[in-house]
Amino acid sequence: MSSASLTAMTGERLEGRPQSLWADAWKRMRRNRPAVASALFLLWMSGTAALAPWLPGMPDPTLQHLALGATAPSTVHWFGTDELGRDLFARVVFGGRISLLIGFVGTLVSLLAGVSYGAVAGYRGGRIDDAMMRFVDILYSLPYIFLVILLLVFFSRSILMLFVALGLVQWLTMARIVRGQVLSLKQQTFVEAARALGIGDAAIIFRHLVPNTLGPVIVYTTLTVPAIILQEAFLSFLGLGVQPPAASWGTLVAEGARVMALFPWMVAFPGLALSLTLFCFNFLGDGLRDALDPHDRRDVH
Amino acid sequence: MTTYLLRRLLLFVPTLWIIGSLTFVLVRLAPGGPFQSEREIPAAAKAQLMRDYGLDQPLGTQYVRFWRNALHFDFGPSYKYPGRQVREIIAEALPVSAELGGWALLLALLAGIPIGVIAAVRQNTRWDFAAMAIALAGVSVPNFVLGPLLVLLFSLTLYLLPPALWQSPASRILPVVTLATAYVAYVARLTRAGMLEVLRQDFIRTARAKGLAERLVIMKHALRLGILPVVSYVGPAAARILMGSVVVESIFEVPGLGRYLVNAAFNRDYTLVLGEVLFYASFLMLLNLLVDVAYSWFDPRVELA
Repeated sequence: MSSASLTAMTGERLEGRPQSLWADAWKRMRRNRPAVASALFLLWMSGTAALAPWLPGMPDPTLQHLALGATAPSTVHWFGTDELGRDLFARVVFGGRISLLIGFVGTLVSLLAGVSYGAVAGYRGGRIDDAMMRFVDILYSLPYIFLVILLLVFFSRSILMLFVALGLVQWLTMARIVRGQVLSLKQQTFVEAARALGIGDAAIIFRHLVPNTLGPVIVYTTLTVPAIILQEAFLSFLGLGVQPPAASWGTLVAEGARVMALFPWMVAFPGLALSLTLFCFNFLGDGLRDALDPHDRRDVH
Repeated sequence: MTTYLLRRLLLFVPTLWIIGSLTFVLVRLAPGGPFQSEREIPAAAKAQLMRDYGLDQPLGTQYVRFWRNALHFDFGPSYKYPGRQVREIIAEALPVSAELGGWALLLALLAGIPIGVIAAVRQNTRWDFAAMAIALAGVSVPNFVLGPLLVLLFSLTLYLLPPALWQSPASRILPVVTLATAYVAYVARLTRAGMLEVLRQDFIRTARAKGLAERLVIMKHALRLGILPVVSYVGPAAARILMGSVVVESIFEVPGLGRYLVNAAFNRDYTLVLGEVLFYASFLMLLNLLVDVAYSWFDPRVELA
């Protein structure tokens, strides 16, 4: 965001009736069919996952039918059953509960940490900013995945530890984005006006500056959720994430991969659910980026 | 330039110090030790082991000795592979990981850049949408889903390729493809975005106006700037990819750095863990520095400061 996007904004203002950034973005967003479809799919998926225990006809994911064993997909068991005769459809839905929950909570952690850190660094500027961002640089060069693995192996493999580990990885980029935004925003007159009115630093940062960084933050948040879901799945795949009897999509894929020569559906369905969810989040994130930030498409992470 | 390099190299010191110390502390804080096993080891034997590895010394002494040796690239003997130095293990695993990563990186660039260029040149056509949908799928399918599926298809159903291990040239295909897919997708997306940005600029219009063939405009003028985002992505990605991938190496039983590290963590092979983490971090920083230098070569407007 720099002079380029400012001219772009004024340019748009000249074209017709004034339109807020949000109304404009909403218009662009609605035109983007794949992104809207992704959003609807994700809503449906999250709704099903959240309400799973109360949905009528949803099989119990822990109920074992040892006599039944692993069976291929059928009308009774849509996704088939695993070796213990558990219904795979229910396992996938309940796995999604855990995967999505971790995705959302982990993102929230990184959001809170990243936004406040970045906003403070950007607003303070000068030496404090230098020191704070140098610290972020150092953290960036840590071999994260190794440290996360170490943390999880050496200490507890609890969900809480997982949140800490995953949140820690993701807040750095958010901090950088918010800092960059705040650096340019704080030069603007509304900040000066707020200061002239005697408003304190904390209020200026969180009531006036942070809300103005919302666009890029929303875009990046949408891309953080799949990143965290992916990392959780990766850790679960290595046996470090969610511990049995609980199972996330990563756990299910790992279990399925072990027996895929015999029961290929056990790896196919959880893998599909995971991939489809990540795909939709990425599509949605791309769509939001185009809608909220149409002039800056350089960074496609 | 020289001062820039010096400054960057100087920053390595505190960074590596923090990484090494953090790992050192983590490793010592961890409950359970490397010599804990199901079988009861006689106390005397255990004490002897601790003495052999210098673990009976006070922590401070161990810490100082760790750094003194690390400076000479000596991380001591592995706890779990008796008689082998950590240095040797790294030296043995690195080429394997680097080969796996090198092929994957090559594939990522050779496939990703053309896909991205085609998508950009034909923006908003079917070609573009198809290319980007494929790229997005490549980003979205995790390698630990893709890997097993490829094995299922090519090894267990079609019997074309070996399912694991790192021996014949054919056994390299599946791991390389699995590792490369996500990178192909990223490179394609970055190339497309970069090219779109460049194709809008005046010097491209000038090149076209003076009657240059479209092919030349794209290949000679646009591409050089258009792949800058790829350059900045490839550096850190190369470091990650060359150091191997934990997942791909685990799925396909490739004896590279990633698999050694996971095993070392599970086995609490502390010296191997410390050595690998430090080695990895230094390698990563060095490659990032190289990238920044390469960047200024590609785009003379970039000043290193």
